[in-house]
Formats: sequence, C-alpha cells, structure tokens
Amino acid sequence: MATKDRLSGNEAVAFALKQINPDVFPAFPITPSTEIPQNFATYVSNGEVDTEFITVESEHSSMSAAIAASAAGARALTATSSCGLAYMFEPLYIASSDRLPLLLAVVNRALTGPININCDHSDSMGVRESGWIQLYAENNQEAYDNLVQAYRISENPAVRLPIMVCQDGFITSHAVQNIELLEDEAVKNFVGEYEPEHYLLNRDEVMAIGSYGVSDYYMEAKRAQAEAMLNVPSVVLEVGKDFEAISGRSYGFFEEYKMEDADRAVVVIGSAAGTGKDAVDMLRESGEKVGLIKVRMYRPFPAEALAGALKGVKAVAVLDRAESYTNCGGPLGADVMAALFRARSQALAVNYIYGLGGRDITVKDFAKVYEDLAEVVRNDSAGDTYRYLGVRE
Amino acid sequence: MSRTTEIRWHGRGGQGAKTAALLLADVAFKTGKEVQGFPEYGPERMGAPITAYNRISDEKIRTHSNIYEPEYVVVVDETLLESIDVTAGLKEGGCVLVNSNKPAEELRPLMNGYEGDLKVLDARKVSLAALGKYFPNTPLLAGVVKLAGVMDEEVFLREMRESFEHKFARKPEVVEGNMRALEMALKEVH
Repeated sequence: MATKDRLSGNEAVAFALKQINPDVFPAFPITPSTEIPQNFATYVSNGEVDTEFITVESEHSSMSAAIAASAAGARALTATSSCGLAYMFEPLYIASSDRLPLLLAVVNRALTGPININCDHSDSMGVRESGWIQLYAENNQEAYDNLVQAYRISENPAVRLPIMVCQDGFITSHAVQNIELLEDEAVKNFVGEYEPEHYLLNRDEVMAIGSYGVSDYYMEAKRAQAEAMLNVPSVVLEVGKDFEAISGRSYGFFEEYKMEDADRAVVVIGSAAGTGKDAVDMLRESGEKVGLIKVRMYRPFPAEALAGALKGVKAVAVLDRAESYTNCGGPLGADVMAALFRARSQALAVNYIYGLGGRDITVKDFAKVYEDLAEVVRNDSAGDTYRYLGVRE
Repeated sequence: MSRTTEIRWHGRGGQGAKTAALLLADVAFKTGKEVQGFPEYGPERMGAPITAYNRISDEKIRTHSNIYEPEYVVVVDETLLESIDVTAGLKEGGCVLVNSNKPAEELRPLMNGYEGDLKVLDARKVSLAALGKYFPNTPLLAGVVKLAGVMDEEVFLREMRESFEHKFARKPEVVEGNMRALEMALKEVH
C-alpha cells in the first residue's frame, strides 16, 4: 500500500534514503542540495537509520570518502550541487574507473560565473563524460522513484558503475507537491541487501583498488568500463519493470507524451517537461499534432531508441538547460542530432538553450517553440539551428 | 487544462512568506487537493524581497513555472508596495490581501492605479492579540484561505489544529494562540 503525502524533492530523496538505510553517507552541504544530508542527519540522530554519517570538509572529500566506503564493500552515497559537483570532478572519474557502485544525489544548479544558486544543468552536463550513469527527474515523485531504483542499477554485476540521480534545484528540490510513497518494507525488499563481489574488507580475497594503469593496460580498463556502460540500458529497463510491479509507475529511457501521431516534437530534460506537457495539451485542444519526449536516462544515451521515437516527426526542437560553447547548441542537442543522423532521419532539428541560472520557462515559451517548429515545417528548412529561448537580446 | 487556483506571496526574507506558502500547500493537501508550494529566491539574505507561490487543484499539477497571472496575491510586508508591482498580471476578478494597519484608501495610491479588489488585514494586531508575538504568517494564511475559498473553514481549522499540535509538540502552549490567530483573521477578512 502506498502512502499519499506531500514533500519537496529534497525531502522525497532524503525519505527514500531513509527507507534504503545505506551504510555510509559522507556529506558536505551546498545549496540547493543541503536539505538532503540535513534531513538525513535527523534520521541518523533519531536512530531511524544506522548509516555511518560522516561530516567532511569538502565535496572532494565527500566523494573520496564515498569511494573508499564503496571500495571497502559498503553501500555508499553523497549529495551535491553546482560547484560542489565541479569540485568532485577528479574523484568522479576514480569512482567510475574503479567500477564502484555508488549513488550521487545531484540537485542541479548553475555553475558559477556569475555566481547563481538557481537551476540549470551545467553542473551535471559538465560531468556527462565521467563514466557515471545519469538519471533525471521531472518532479518530486520521479526524484523519489529514481532514487529507489538507483542502487539496483548501479550494483548489478553486469554494470557496477556509479549513478547520479538528478533533479532541478529549487524548481523541484524546494517545491512541496503531492507524492506517493512506497511502504518501507516494499522499498527494502526492492533494493535488497548489497552483496559486493570484490571488496577491500574481504580477507579471503586480498586486492588493490585504484592502482596505476600503465599504457599497456589503461586502454583495456577504459574499454571494460565502456562495456559495462553498454550493459546499462537493459538493466535500467529490467529494474524499471520490477519497479512498475510494486508502484504502478513505469520508467524507461525516456517518456513519450502524445507522440503517436505528432508531427512536431520537443525533447527536453527535467522539470520543464511538466510545463511542456501542459503546452502540448493546450495546443492539442486546437488540433495541433504536437508531442514531447522527456529524457530520463541521459548517460548512457539512448540514441537508437530516441531516434525511433522521433521517426514520424517532421520537426524537432531539442531544449538544453546548459551551454556547451560549440557555437551550435547544447549537449542534449548534439546527442539528439547525432542520433537522428545515425538513423538517417529526415526530421528538421533545431536546438534551444533555455533556463540558464533559473530563468523561468512557461507554457507560453513552449507554445512559441511549437510555433517556431510549424514555421520550420512550412519553410522545409530548419533555419538557424542554434537558438536561445527566453533571453533578452 | 484543469481549474487551478494560483496564489502569489510577496514578502521579505525571514518574514515567513515561504513558510506560509508551504503551510497552505500542506493544509490544502490534507483536504484532498493536488498542491504546489514553492519559493523563488533571489540573493539569499534577510530582508530581500522574496516571492512564493501556490497552485491548488483537483487534478495533477504538472507546470513548474512561476505564477504570472495569479487570482490572489498576499503582501506580507506593505513596504514592498513601494518597490514591487504586486498586482502585476493579477487576473480580472482577483484580489490582493495586504498586511497593514492602514485603510485600503491609503494603500491604493501605492499600487500603480490598481482598481480591483483590495483587502487589508492587520496581521500584527491579530498576531499580538492572539499570540503576544508578531508572526504575520498565521493570520494571512487564514485570510487567503477565506478569500480564495479553497476549503471549508471548519475543515481548515481542524486540519490546522492538527498541524500545530504536531509542529509544536514540545511547546503545546502556543497551539491555542495560533488557533486564536486563525479564528480572529477569519473574522477580520470579509
């Protein structure tokens, strides 16, 4: 039996963590993710979990301590945002190359310059090539659900890779909204006990982790890492299926909203997708064939499946909440366009940068994007493929 | 799209506009509604203007944008009237609730020619009389619940009592004061 509640995204993540009761949580606070360790610390002091909660002196240390705990054989995690994630840049690569199951709860926030506490995806997009799995959430419910599924994906023996579970800073992390929570027992059974295969505290199998990789071995190690990433999609689907059985909520690589007969589509990540769905409904009322795809699993990137889902569209707009300074768009745009190219798609594609540093995106903004796409279709030309949405020029 | 009541709160950091929005979301949730309560932060400092929002609906809420065309606006600090256009985008037939001890006629000239519905609640007076302390949140919450008519007053009071009893489990003596503040405010706002 599920419980109906109302929680902010941060509260939902902390609550999921309480239900999971992980072994080790090294923490260093940063807005807007601070409430996750803060609320969890309350669970620790109330004796509701028996997690080893370690207050460290920086994000480099929180990630390093989580890595060490995972290497020792513990179920570990930490949480961060923005510059905190940037400060973890080095150890993130260590976690993935050491093939350590590990969870990082990311609350997306703009990277500094100018300093800003609000949402964009520049932080997690900046580490998209670190070898971590990345899942993104539209709302508090998805942040909770993704978190409950995360360890099952990360710890799968065919995967053994660290996972980031991301949600939008303030927009979902600080917004209280209705949510359905699973029973403690259901979460516990779903996540299961962690039984690491190889770990440092196993006295029967003496081993080293994090040793030097000479040129004669380094590339094979990286290839093995890529191989593990190739195994992720099927595991994500399998875990999603099991999760649907206990929750009634289904999860795959992405969500298709009214795509069956759509001739124009938006591809987007995170909370903006909810706003976009309202725009789709509004435009559908006046007979416009529009749809939306919300990417949940961004790393690995579901290129083939996504191109398949976009097969019937004439024009597609990819919305990026991060710049990449390629002079031709953002990271999601590049990935989607490459996917379309590989699939020999004839769809006309444009890429918008939106929502930087917490700039709001509204139903009207989405309506404008669909209107722009109608013009693209009319002109049979994508026109400028690198655009900005909601900026003063 | 479903019928959704949208409320915008204007306050200053530290005055509890965010808390009030979260309390409203909380009590509306308890009456079976779909809710959203969220703050919009500028620079993090005491006294800086902050905005908070509520959406209350019978159907699932998906939009995550701020609210630009609210039906109700609550102004926690009347000094904001001089610097912020609090009625911006207010829907026709909407209403503004201002926390002030001045009559509406004195406030209206500060409101960019706004001619719509304006209610004034002296939350300081209510709070001091009921609680002996100045917490404008509680009276303003009751005020906007009454104006927006999003829930039955009796249900509202019952749910709020439960919330206060939970929130102030270690200070049960303040429960009655807070309840008094709600009841007084419900009477003051017409």
